[in-house]
Amino acid sequence: MAAIARSLPRMTVKLAGQTDLDGWRTAARALAMKGVPADQVGWTIAGNASADLFAGTDHAASEALPGADSTTFTVPRAFVELAETVVCHRDPERFALLYRVLYRLREEPHLMKIGSDTDVRRLEAMAKSVRRDIHKMRAFVRFRRIGGGPDDRHVAWFEPDHFIVEANAPFFVRRFTGMRWTILTPLASADWDGTRLTIGPGATKTDAPSEDDAETLWRTYFASIFNPARLKVKAMQAEMPKRYWRNLPEASLIPDMIRGAEEKAREMVEKQPSEPAPHHAKIQARHWPAPPAGDSTTQDGADARTLAELSRTAESCRRCDLWRDATQTVFGEGPAPARVVFVGEQPGDHEDIAGKPFVGPAGRLLDGVLVEAGVDRDAVYVTNAVKHFKFEPRGKRRIHARPNAGEVKACRWWLDHELALIRPDLAVALGATAAQSLLGKPVAITKLRGQVIVRDDGLRVFLTVHPSYLLRIPDPADRDAEHGRFLADMKAVKALMG
Amino acid sequence: MTAITLRQKLAILSDAAKYDASCASSGAAKRNSLKSGGIGSTEGSGICHSYAPDGRCISLLKILLTNFCIYDCSYCINRSSSNVRRARFTVDEVVQLTLDFYKRNYIEGLFLSSGVIRSPDETMGEMVEIARRLREEHRFGGYIHLKTIPECAPELLEKAGRHADRLSINVELPTDEGVNRLAPEKKPETIRISMARLRSKIEEKSEPTMRTKTRERFAPGGQSTQMIIGADASPDATILKSSARLYSSYRLRRVYYSAFSPIPDSSSALPLKNPPLMREHRLYQADWLMRFYGFEQDEILSGRPDGMLDLAVDPKLAWAIGNRAMFPVDVNRADRENLLRVPGLGTRAVGRILDTRRYRRLRLEDVGRLCQSITKVRPFIVAEGWTPGALTDSANLRARLAPAPVQMELF
Repeated sequence: MAAIARSLPRMTVKLAGQTDLDGWRTAARALAMKGVPADQVGWTIAGNASADLFAGTDHAASEALPGADSTTFTVPRAFVELAETVVCHRDPERFALLYRVLYRLREEPHLMKIGSDTDVRRLEAMAKSVRRDIHKMRAFVRFRRIGGGPDDRHVAWFEPDHFIVEANAPFFVRRFTGMRWTILTPLASADWDGTRLTIGPGATKTDAPSEDDAETLWRTYFASIFNPARLKVKAMQAEMPKRYWRNLPEASLIPDMIRGAEEKAREMVEKQPSEPAPHHAKIQARHWPAPPAGDSTTQDGADARTLAELSRTAESCRRCDLWRDATQTVFGEGPAPARVVFVGEQPGDHEDIAGKPFVGPAGRLLDGVLVEAGVDRDAVYVTNAVKHFKFEPRGKRRIHARPNAGEVKACRWWLDHELALIRPDLAVALGATAAQSLLGKPVAITKLRGQVIVRDDGLRVFLTVHPSYLLRIPDPADRDAEHGRFLADMKAVKALMG
Repeated sequence: MTAITLRQKLAILSDAAKYDASCASSGAAKRNSLKSGGIGSTEGSGICHSYAPDGRCISLLKILLTNFCIYDCSYCINRSSSNVRRARFTVDEVVQLTLDFYKRNYIEGLFLSSGVIRSPDETMGEMVEIARRLREEHRFGGYIHLKTIPECAPELLEKAGRHADRLSINVELPTDEGVNRLAPEKKPETIRISMARLRSKIEEKSEPTMRTKTRERFAPGGQSTQMIIGADASPDATILKSSARLYSSYRLRRVYYSAFSPIPDSSSALPLKNPPLMREHRLYQADWLMRFYGFEQDEILSGRPDGMLDLAVDPKLAWAIGNRAMFPVDVNRADRENLLRVPGLGTRAVGRILDTRRYRRLRLEDVGRLCQSITKVRPFIVAEGWTPGALTDSANLRARLAPAPVQMELF
């Protein structure tokens, strides 16, 4: 708790400890509500030499500031959070600065949002320094083990910049719950016995163990993971300043690693490639036998006798460039022979990932409508005019891009062979791309929707929209109407199937 | 030949792992040991426990289970034709090393990769077993990153995802042609399908289950990949295009770029020279522009006919210099999207500008206080009491802003 002294015209608040946030808060709130300007208040820590200057003038907070807690004074959350961090800073001015900002907040409630304000910037800089110190402590504490077996303890010596031991100790509890450990620093220590955390007084380096067997392995790792061809000493020192080195077991290796790096890198660059290792030929023969002679790799699927064979051949299709960006060829699926073949435009994001046609939102919609229309889904073969997904990347999404005439034409090879093996008596073109592929020419779907065109080879082609069209209609009433039309189309298909 | 010691194995198998750039231990689900009574925690942002003189952070125990490998990828120190010394850890050794290092606060966890011995399933099976033992037998709550082997069985992938925070599969090189030439046994098609499979698993498991309404644990840190830069002739445009494709297709958390580095026992198929570190750095900057600054991949390289990023200035500044008609931007009025395009303003500075200007008009010196350095920003903004005038369009703008050429450290 804080005590407030009135040494006119200044008041001095004596705080209980270096990080006495509660004491500061109680006193600061009371002072701010009384309207005591920042330059009238001094802040000291009990037991400090500077605090003793004011000895004898102390008063209890309640005495000096009657009724201080009777009303509330609200400050932005951002300030409270910042204060929690800033009190850990070693700068003796921190309490005064915090009070000044608190005092200003009465008149300037948005002060914390003004990132360009000098006081706010100073607080933020202090908080940043404390946070960095906390982070570096988490990074650079090195435990050394004492004893072995179930009674072992882990002890570390660390030298922080700020008063962070107490604030940081819970992190080590959360992380090393199952260990018994002690972190010693010049100003404070933290000890965890497996169930209880104790914050104690400071210590000296000699109180901590001076070695640990594991350090030999750790140093080996540190030396081996380093790539001498990428020497960047400044980058290392920016993140691991030299003042930490004395407590890092690996750091003593650094000077020699730097010295030897250039030569090692040059050796690697200059060294001529050597003969393959002796076991290499054996591994090659065993795991990667050359393909048998006469095995043509330019299969085009023309002689495939089943859909499975055709689909396997299509996996390595290079008839157009769409394979480059897509994950895989998405071939058709369904029984052969089948009465009816549904042809869509191209696989979408889901289909590309799953490797199956019509498994995304449009596919699910089609499935639902087919059930409604009474079409037996198992008698239907589904495929696409283009078998690779064409898209434009947009951040984490892929935006569907329409295949061009060349791509449709190139992929028609596969659709023709699918149809030849399935021999359906009806094909349903879902959308313009499918119609173009099936009929070999551009078709105005909106005009010819619901009609049947008979191809030269006798295949009847029913024309309708792609189900994804329904998904893009924003207005629910319009969407319902279109859903009805699409259902009617599917009923017509059902009738055509006989 | 005398038996190899643990220390020798560690030297060989960490040396073999160092060409993998990733060392991130971030993005994991929050977890600690208070309940389990074990050891280990992950609290969102990772911690770098040390730095090697190559400037790289050491966060994880990054090792190979073995450097025996049946593949012969010419850029890899562990390829089957390499004369490098070989070693193999036992499952126990890796588990013990991880725990010993973790208990001394040397590391955030384990990044385990491996050469492929005999079969992909056998190797992957042992890696998964290490992760399982750490989690189940030692109640280890630290970070685990497993490099998955593309050809392994789906059940193993499933188990790997249950124990690991992050899974990754390396695409190795920016183009399929590059892979076919330099890593002839690897199949780019298989690598893509594996990444697709990982994406669907991660998405599937992030949905609460029907019965228990809880989410099953599956690689909460997502998946990442790495490509080697400078081993083949791919220009930056090709590399960034590949990245854009990978981010959008497989929802990757990160694409790592690894400047091809000479290796001790080199193959004749590769350039023997120092790694292009500046190029690697520029690629990371460009990658950031795509992910956090709203730039499209083709915009970044517009005006660069050779498809290569400018090595002398950062890609955002290069873009701004090439698109001066977009500037100056008024810091007191412009929206976030346009502010993010100003050279020298990062996402944080932009956030603070937007916050501050609700309460006061910003002068040039205010902006200076909100960002790292005003020099780069000045020609591209209008502020209260400041217009850049002819500065924005001055012919020597690039020369003014490009950092003076300095000799790279040592090289």
